[in-house]
This record gives sequence, C-alpha cells and structure tokens, in this order.
Amino acid sequence: MAQATATAEAPGAASTGGTREVKVIGIVCNWCSYAGADGAGTARLKQPVNMRLVRVPCTGRIDPLLAIKAFEKGADGVLISGCHPGDCHYSEGNYYARRKFELLDRMLPHLGVEADRFHYTWVSASEGARWQSVVTDFVTKVKALGPRQGRAL
Amino acid sequence: MRIGVFVCHCGTNIAGTVDSKGIAARAAELKDVVHTEDLIYTCSEPGQAAIEKAIREKDLTRVVVAACSPHMHEVTFRRCVDRAGLNPYLYEMANIREHCSWIHDDYEQGTEKAYEIIKMAVAKVRQLEPLYSNEVDVNKDVLVIGGGVAGIQTALDLADAGLKVTIVERETTIGGTMARLDKTFPTIDCSACILTPRMVDAAQHENIEILAYSEIDRVQGYVGNFTVDIRKKAAMVDWTKCIGCEICVQKCPAKAPDVFNVGLAETKAIYIPFPQAVPKRAAIQVEHCRWFTQGKCRVCERVCPADAVDYEQKDEYLQRQYGAIVTATGLDVFPWEEYYHEYGSGHIPDVISGLQYERMLNASGPTNGHVVRPSTMGIKGKEPEEPKTVVFIQCVGSRDESVGRPYCSSVCCMYTAKQSILTKSHVGMDTEIYVFYIDIRATGKGYEEFVKRAQTEFGVKYVRGRVSKLYEDNGKVMVRGMDTLLGKQVEIAADLVVLASGITAADGSVQLAQKLNISYDEFGFYKESHPKLRPVETNTAGIFLAGACQSPKDIPTAVAQASGTAAKVLGLLAKDKLKTSPQIAIVDQNRCVSCWKCIEVCPFSAPEKQELRDGTEKSHIIETVCQGCGICVATCPVNCIELKGFTTDQLIDQLEEALLS
Repeated sequence: MAQATATAEAPGAASTGGTREVKVIGIVCNWCSYAGADGAGTARLKQPVNMRLVRVPCTGRIDPLLAIKAFEKGADGVLISGCHPGDCHYSEGNYYARRKFELLDRMLPHLGVEADRFHYTWVSASEGARWQSVVTDFVTKVKALGPRQGRAL
Repeated sequence: MRIGVFVCHCGTNIAGTVDSKGIAARAAELKDVVHTEDLIYTCSEPGQAAIEKAIREKDLTRVVVAACSPHMHEVTFRRCVDRAGLNPYLYEMANIREHCSWIHDDYEQGTEKAYEIIKMAVAKVRQLEPLYSNEVDVNKDVLVIGGGVAGIQTALDLADAGLKVTIVERETTIGGTMARLDKTFPTIDCSACILTPRMVDAAQHENIEILAYSEIDRVQGYVGNFTVDIRKKAAMVDWTKCIGCEICVQKCPAKAPDVFNVGLAETKAIYIPFPQAVPKRAAIQVEHCRWFTQGKCRVCERVCPADAVDYEQKDEYLQRQYGAIVTATGLDVFPWEEYYHEYGSGHIPDVISGLQYERMLNASGPTNGHVVRPSTMGIKGKEPEEPKTVVFIQCVGSRDESVGRPYCSSVCCMYTAKQSILTKSHVGMDTEIYVFYIDIRATGKGYEEFVKRAQTEFGVKYVRGRVSKLYEDNGKVMVRGMDTLLGKQVEIAADLVVLASGITAADGSVQLAQKLNISYDEFGFYKESHPKLRPVETNTAGIFLAGACQSPKDIPTAVAQASGTAAKVLGLLAKDKLKTSPQIAIVDQNRCVSCWKCIEVCPFSAPEKQELRDGTEKSHIIETVCQGCGICVATCPVNCIELKGFTTDQLIDQLEEALLS
C-alpha cells in the first residue's frame, strides 16, 4: 500500500497521467455509513481529503445512474456505503442496492471505468474506524490509477 | 432566490483547521447567495438569533448552515428557520466538522474542502422546495421487550402514568439477571427482597400484561403505529389452569440442567426456575422430558391437581399494535470457558464464575447458601467441604483485547468486593481471600468506601496483577500470577477460585435488533441515538433502550435509565397525533405505467393502486405510511417517483458542484 501511495503522489507517474488531485464521490446512507463517518470524525480519525459525501436516506434510494452520472461529470472514483446486510434501517433497502451495485460493478469496466474506481461496501454507525480504513484504502487505489482522462465515459 | 450561508467556527473545532471567516466571505460570490456570515457558535442562542434576524431582514428564501453533522443539529436549525417564518425544509446543512475539520490536519486543504462542501449544499438548497408535514394518529400502548429490572421499572412507570404496557419475556418468569443475584452492592441488600415485590407489582398492575415465555417474531410499522407479531412458546402446560404448586416438579423423574442456577445443580424436565417466579407457572423442557424423548411417563399429567399439563400444546401467535417499543433485553455472562484455556476451560470443578458463586451464596440456591467446594459436592456420605482459601480474579472477559472484549463490564470490581465480604460472613473471618485485579473501578455512590471496607474491615487481600495460569495440584487449585506492585511472581494454593466474568450482550440481541431495525455495536449492544444527549433513544423513532442491552450497567444505573426511558416514551405518547416527516416519495401519475414494482419493493406497504376518473389504476403513495427510504424511487423503471428532499435533480446538482472545482 505504501508503494501505491508513493506512485500516486509522484506527479505524472500515475497510469493515466495528470497532476491534479483525484476527486472521489461517496454516496452514503443516512443511518449507518453517514453516521459511521460522523463517528470517525468525532474520534478524529484522519482521512484523505479527496472524498466528498452525498447523503441519501438509504442505499436503496441510489439509482446506479447516479454513480454513472458522477463518473460522467468527472469523478475519479465512486464509493457507495450503507448498512450491513440484515441491518438496514428500512429492513431491506441495502439488499436491493446490493443487487444493483453488483451488476454496476461488473458493467463499469465495459464503459471504460477501471474496476478499482468503483466500490460498494457496508459501514455501520458504530464503525468509525472501519470508515477510516474504507476511505483510506479506496482513495489509495484511485490515486494509484490517477485522475481519469476526459469527462465522457 | 435569496440564499443565506452561515459558517460556524464551533470555537476552534472547525476554525482550527478551516478558515471559517474566509470561506463565509468567498461564499458571497456564489450564485443567488445574498448574505453570508461566520458565527463562533451557530447553535448558541445568539447564533440562532443571527440566522433568524438575517432571514427576516435580508428576506432570505433559502438557508445553508455549514457546521457539524445534521445528525447533531439538523433539527435545531430547522426549528430556527421555521421560527423566522421560512419553510423549515428550505434549508440544508453542510457538514464541515465531522466530515472535514476533525479529520484533516492541513489548514489549506481543510479550508478548500470545507468550501466545496458548502458549494455542494448551496447547489442542493437551490433545488429545494417547501415541504409540509402530515399528522397521524398515535397508538398509546407500549411494548417492553425483556422483563428484567430495567424492563419492569419502565413498565411500572408507564403503567402508573396510565398507559397500557405489555412486557414480553422469553423466559418463563420475569426478573432477569437481578433475580439470580443474592445481594446487591454496596448496601448488601437482599436482591430478591428488593426485586420480587416489583415483579408482583408488575403482575398485579391493571395496566400491565406480562407475556412470559414469549418472543418477538416480527415488527412492522413506524413510530406511533407498530404492528408486532409475538410468539407465545408452548410450555406444554396450560397456564390458565396451572397454580404453580410445584407438585409436578417434585414428582418428575427426568433430570435437566438448571440454567437458572448456572449449571451448579440439576432441575427437572418440568420446572419453575425459582420460588418467587412471576408468573409462577411450570413449563416442560421437551428435550429432557421422558414423554417427549421416550414416549412414556406422563407423571406430571397424572399428579397435576389442576389438570394443566397439555402435551399437545402448540406455539401461539399474537398480533398487537403499539405506539412505542422499549428494548430491555439485558445481558449474558461472558462465556469464559470458551476463551480462557489457561483457566482450565471450565474443566476444573473448583473454578467457577461470579454468577455461579452468586447462586451458591443464595439461600434458595443449589447449596442453600452454603459456600462449598464444587469438587466435594454430591459425594455420598460426605459433607461438602468449605473453602479456606478463596481467590477472586477480576476482568475475565473484560478489558481483554485477546478475547475481543476491550470494554469494562463496570460491575465486576464491585460484585467481587461484595462476594469477598459475603464469603467472610458465610464461611468465617479466618478465610483467606485474595483478589487479583488490574485497576479497581468504584465510581458509584458509596462504592469506593465499600471496596475499602472489604480491604480494611474484612481483611481481603488485593493483589495487583493478572493470573497467568490455574491448574489442579494435590486437591488444590494452584493460582499462578504476578504481583505487579511488588514485581514478583506469586503462587497461591486455593480451595475455590471465582472468576469475575464480564458482561456480554444478551444472546439473540443482534437478531432482535434486525427485527427492530435499530443499530448495534460490534459486541451486540444497542446503539443509542447520541451518547450524551439522546442516551435512551435509538435512531429508529419510537424505539427506546433501557438497561444493559445498551451497555454493561449496574442496577442503579439500569433503573435510572429505565425511568428516563419511561419519561421519553411518555413525552412521545402525550401527543394524540404525531407529525410525520414530509421527506417522502411522491408519484407522478401522468408517467406511471402501473407496473406495481413500487408496491413489490416497499418495506412499509406505502404505495397503493389508486383508481383515476378515467378508470385506469395508477400508483399512489400513502403519505402517512411512507418512511422516505426511496427504494421505490430507484426501482421505478420510468423514473416517475421522486423522493422529496432527495430528488434526483438535487443529488445530481450536489454531485456536479463537487466535481466542477
């Protein structure tokens, strides 16, 4: 991981080139992952600055097109996170989300988006430390790929 | 459109890493922003007054507050905006504390990120529309899950206030862990003498119904209107007939492990856990019953004077409606045998847990209150031996990361002090007692004095250090440990070793949390809405916490929390109607193709088929039933459902703004 970080921070050395900082969008559910991110903040768990969060009530609300839209608008990575399976605040929203994002995960490479630029996972409201490591790992991977070239998919 | 942006310093919490003043000034350049202001503490009275004043004087039509998490203060500022006469949903929070200043060190980077977060909020607020709440009727009945001391306290408080309460208890009697304790610290009160009258009060209260030997099957609905399926387990005894005379227990020929006495004794296949059980009703443990396992016996049926035994009894299913639910599911003792192999994994008979010892100390326990060495019990023609040297070991399954339990169980220091004092009074002052401890935590009222009493008045020897190994040698239990204050190894030949086994969440706590849709932590304890300010609420409206299901607690704390919970429930149910969140889904019926996918996916049955004037059927979402999850929105194949407050346009504008810079 240390090696990957070093590569990403060397200007122009990333696989697809470019020197700007990567920008990563996180779309998270209100009840688990947003609260988990709050918990990480309250515990002062340091994270890379590249993440911008969009809050939705439930991962079940997230239309996969929203993730595609983010890539289209220039995101270098999209992270989706919700409640652990079985723990959804609305009982089963994350199950619907999981089906959609499992498909999206496999489809994105066909649209020219590298697999490592998309990740969906689960972080509960009490997992501040897990949120920190999820964000850090994801941003590290996206940094290794570098900024995406061009805006179109 | 006239947007106001208010940027908080939060003292140095935000301003330490983010130039709040600078970004407030920069935000003035954003489209439609007509007023910006930085405030030291936005949530304070002067902070909120400044927002109200600006809304009125600058005629603001949208408000962005850049401060902490919406989980902290969204409602605070919504009320503030409302007071100033603006629709409370024309406001958005930008979280620049938990998601920015607290997780970054670099001032420049932090400031830049905070500014972008504000820009995202401004982009969203531009798209917001005024929303209006609805009202729903409230069911005033309350369900309390768990009949330990916390559940009983909440139920009694609520019932005294006039509400109807159901206690659902999975065991055959209420009482919980406290019913198994002999004495309570630091007063050495008799536990049963305090608890059992409360149990009887609950049973006799006109507003309380106890459903013992019952479990929660399913929970549907939402605050004010929960529908709960309850399964009354088959006791194989008709409880409307059973009089609790215990003749069946005396005559039953089949033995079964005594769970109530933590395996220190045996009970019968048909049993009543303890003499003061409420309700005092017998139940058959079918896995140990001769009739169920071997097809013969039926002794209990023959001897029952009330004709109550019913081998054909089946589980019974009830469906009830409640306005609020309190979980008071309590705790279990840490299963030390599975983890502490250095302590013999439960194979050394004279090494027992604190709860086992508690039963032994109890006059109605397996030894009638005599302290004995378990290895000498049940030998024909021989009286059990009293121990002369007793060693207590603290923090077994607490403060021990190697067994996955980093937390303090909060009661073990005190119950060990109590048990050491009781040992001296049961066995004699000449008993040698050693307590191995890491730190003594005696923070409650009268607690420190109590520990001091054990040390000085009763001569209990406290040894600071952990025990590394327990092994049998020549009829003794050898205790090998470290005295870290003297810096040397110690070895004690003990007759009895009592492990202060810690507290875990009750078995099944996670499964129940999943039925209730409430959060829990990695140990299975339920998560409160806010550790300081909303300690008895969960994040699911209408569901509350009482007692050790939230974290390890002693009795005074559990009871205090239980009463606090009752007050919160009363506050909720004092209203005849509840305002519902207007952030719900709405169907554009002109575009609906009547595929009914929304009906299929909705966990709350909010969408319904609505017949229009032209005879066609379209989807319609019942506003008071919708909980605003938005699953239907992402499912609708023609995108004709929108989630107010989280519309696709709002989210895309937010995304786009983040990616523009």
